[in-house]
Amino acid sequence: MKLSALHQSYLNRRRSPLDSSVDAPSKSFLAVFWLVLHCLCCLISLLLGFRFSRLVFFFLVSTPSSSNLYSPPFRPDLPPPRIDLTPSNATTAEVKTSSSRVVVGRHGILIRPWPHPDPVEVMKAHRIIERVQREQKAVFGAGGKGSRTVIAVTPTYVRTFQALHLNGVMHSLMLVPYDVVWIVVEAGGVSNETASIVAKSGVRVIHVGFDQRMPNTWEDRGKVEVLMRLRALRVVKEEKLDGVVMFADDSNMHSMEFFDEIQNVKWFGAVSVGILAHSGNAEEMVMSMDKRREMVDEVEERSSLPVQGPACNATDKLIGWHVFNTLPYAGKSAVYIDDVAAVLPQKLEWCGFVLNSRILWDEAESKPEWVKEFGLLNENEGVESPLSLLNDPSMVEPLGSCGRQVLLWWLRVEARADSKFPPGWVIDPPLEITVAAKRTPWPDVPPEPPTKKKDQMSLSQGNNNVVVIPKQQQQQQQQQQQRSSKVRKPKRRSKRNKHEAKPTDTTTQVSSSTKHHQERN
Amino acid sequence: MKLRSWVLIFIACNLLTFSTISAFRLSRSQPTERISGSAGDVLDDNPVGRLKVFVYELPSKYNKKILQKDPRCLTHMFAAEIYMQRFLLSSPVRTLNPEEADWFYVPVYTTCDLTPNGLPLPFKSPRMMRSAIQLIASNWPYWNRTEGADHFFVVPHDFGACFHYQEEKAIGRGILPLLQRATLVQTFGQRNHVCLKQGSITVPPYAPPQKMQSHLIPGKTPRSIFVYFRGLFYDVGNDPEGGYYARGARAAVWENFKDNPLFDISTEHPTTYYEDMQRAIFCLCPLGWAPWSPRLVEAVIFGCIPVIIADDIVLPFADAIPWEDIGVFVDEKDVPYLDTILTSIPPEVILRKQRLLANPSMKQAMLFPQPAQPGDAFHQVLNGLARKLPHDRSVYLRPGEKLLNWTAGPVADLKPW
Repeated sequence: MKLSALHQSYLNRRRSPLDSSVDAPSKSFLAVFWLVLHCLCCLISLLLGFRFSRLVFFFLVSTPSSSNLYSPPFRPDLPPPRIDLTPSNATTAEVKTSSSRVVVGRHGILIRPWPHPDPVEVMKAHRIIERVQREQKAVFGAGGKGSRTVIAVTPTYVRTFQALHLNGVMHSLMLVPYDVVWIVVEAGGVSNETASIVAKSGVRVIHVGFDQRMPNTWEDRGKVEVLMRLRALRVVKEEKLDGVVMFADDSNMHSMEFFDEIQNVKWFGAVSVGILAHSGNAEEMVMSMDKRREMVDEVEERSSLPVQGPACNATDKLIGWHVFNTLPYAGKSAVYIDDVAAVLPQKLEWCGFVLNSRILWDEAESKPEWVKEFGLLNENEGVESPLSLLNDPSMVEPLGSCGRQVLLWWLRVEARADSKFPPGWVIDPPLEITVAAKRTPWPDVPPEPPTKKKDQMSLSQGNNNVVVIPKQQQQQQQQQQQRSSKVRKPKRRSKRNKHEAKPTDTTTQVSSSTKHHQERN
Repeated sequence: MKLRSWVLIFIACNLLTFSTISAFRLSRSQPTERISGSAGDVLDDNPVGRLKVFVYELPSKYNKKILQKDPRCLTHMFAAEIYMQRFLLSSPVRTLNPEEADWFYVPVYTTCDLTPNGLPLPFKSPRMMRSAIQLIASNWPYWNRTEGADHFFVVPHDFGACFHYQEEKAIGRGILPLLQRATLVQTFGQRNHVCLKQGSITVPPYAPPQKMQSHLIPGKTPRSIFVYFRGLFYDVGNDPEGGYYARGARAAVWENFKDNPLFDISTEHPTTYYEDMQRAIFCLCPLGWAPWSPRLVEAVIFGCIPVIIADDIVLPFADAIPWEDIGVFVDEKDVPYLDTILTSIPPEVILRKQRLLANPSMKQAMLFPQPAQPGDAFHQVLNGLARKLPHDRSVYLRPGEKLLNWTAGPVADLKPW
């Protein structure tokens, strides 16, 4: 090492005039000293992760001349280029690559002054990503089919969970990459509640009122919903909407692939629907899970998700339907809408069917003969499933690779009949009374640096963060705080005075702790 | 001539059908653009009929026995030399009559001496090459006729015919003196570098086509990663302090962008590496110990725009493929501003690059499929050789004229192999 060489030469020079007298002890002392220094340097190098002596040498001897180094801020992992230490190598490289700007050897690691993401760049990058994905969708997504309008039919009525379900459907429809016409049929007439929810959708909405009110039992509700859907189909017929009609019941969940798949329907298609029938009672669910575990050897299919949809044979031709098996739930299913029991679907739910809107149109042109005339349908005869719109149910097209893909899920969850909710889910004017939690996991005020006053520390854990303040007392407190702050500000030592300057209004413990809060500030 | 034009038209029709039913199946109907480089629209050229190649019959100790000793040579990134020989042996450009040959090929596997880890040791390669050349010079008159100027060799090692993996030592050795006049087909390419000869043909490194094809995902999967890279930033084994490996460029990428959410960069190689590349818009292809890497091939196959960070690099088939239009070139000194550079590219330019990458002939040109297909890298090599024809008068030496120095080079290389 060059350092040790320098020191060796210094030692030699030193030793010659003072020859023998102070030689031995000074030699040993120096040797020990250098040994200790070497060990120290080794340890430091171990900690830093690089050869520390090189850096010292760099500081002592050479000056940073290469433009490879960035000056602000200096980083220890920028060792200097080894031009001076290995001259032969670099010069041969330079000679042979005379016109090249690429040099072999150690280079600095370039780091810009603030190596963190710049939000402007991030925004620009996201716009680029969006543009690329749009292009991808245009090329691969719709394919050559052309995008047909999706006509969604949703029967709804005002209730506690309406906002929950309707927002879910709305957001799914907003994400659909095709044109959407949303026909919302509301039982009990058009209401502001529903109108305010669907107005946020941004798609074209046809809000239709239906004069009947929604009944209280599931069975009757199903019947009224059928009538509402037929009402919507009549709208489609009258307005001559063109596209694919799908039934988006407001508590269902749709996947985006569902909307891509239904573009393929020619006249009448069916998809598989996953049925999430549940009891709504957690204990019963746990019990049923235990029962399931007992019966797991006998019947494996119990634990799988029941699916309603088309059934195909090996050559992908429609041969029948998978329907929901209601036997396990016999007698245990919910009757009233807020029953704590399993809600069962119909044999064939409407949401599993999609149809070309031209089926509903009046003119008989280009409509296949196996479709009944929609205008002549008698609703009072009890239309159970969309199959009654057809003369020949075997002409239905199975979609989603012949029903193997489950593209939407059916679920019915409703709140108790006596549950109340604020109109529009907006609390206006804001509540006057706020009762806070007893224990919040965070301290209410930022923790103070430790002061001499120990009794203040005990209160600063932020657990009792208050505060019931009726308005008049609040004003009083504010005046007092202003007064006390005026007193306090000129002297920092006034912390000692806190105890003396306690307010007279200490009727409640609560307000005194607020006082402490303010003073601490 | 007329017959030739009809043959070409027939072959062009075949090429169109081939591009749809070829073993490398791509998604349907993505709009592409024609690719034409500085040599013109030559990616789809068919070399059959434009040149004739004679393959020397060397004793099997130069090729087959080496391969038998270590069959890993068939799958590593230097496997191009082996597949080139196999392709030429069964190709219609091969001729058994050396008198009518335009080019001569010497099948010697210099990159097949592998360590237990799989990295090739180049220490015996100069001697092997020298011994092979001595053999053909003494058994056939064609080497002495031109002193190798119409012969070509495949040297896919790190620094080509310099036969060393360390750049300083490779520069110190220089190209093997006996190969001074021959055409070299190599993966290494850097402008103004000793190890890149004038007139060399740069090829992509070998990447297994079947493996990449088996990891294709549907084209409609949205590209949601902005920049993707997997690989080392610091080579702790050989360069612990940093700054030597990749000339500090990879370390700069890490230090500047390790906390940037747009940059999905890491050293961990996931099993979904190929799938992730197909979900990325830009793929970084920085230099390592050598400027080239199989990442370029992977990026092209998976439609990810390659961001090439290697000063003065020469990319494969640079005269047939306009790399400036397809990839993004970033100087090593501009690495700290990589995010600014990439986000300031206009979206239309990005979409155009993706369309160029989607061109099936572009993807074919980067691959070495077995059996060979029209438009693949073998054919591009032959096209490149055909473009150098007809040979210049200076190729043929006057009798008795000697240009090569048979005793040049380090003494250790002169030992027989």
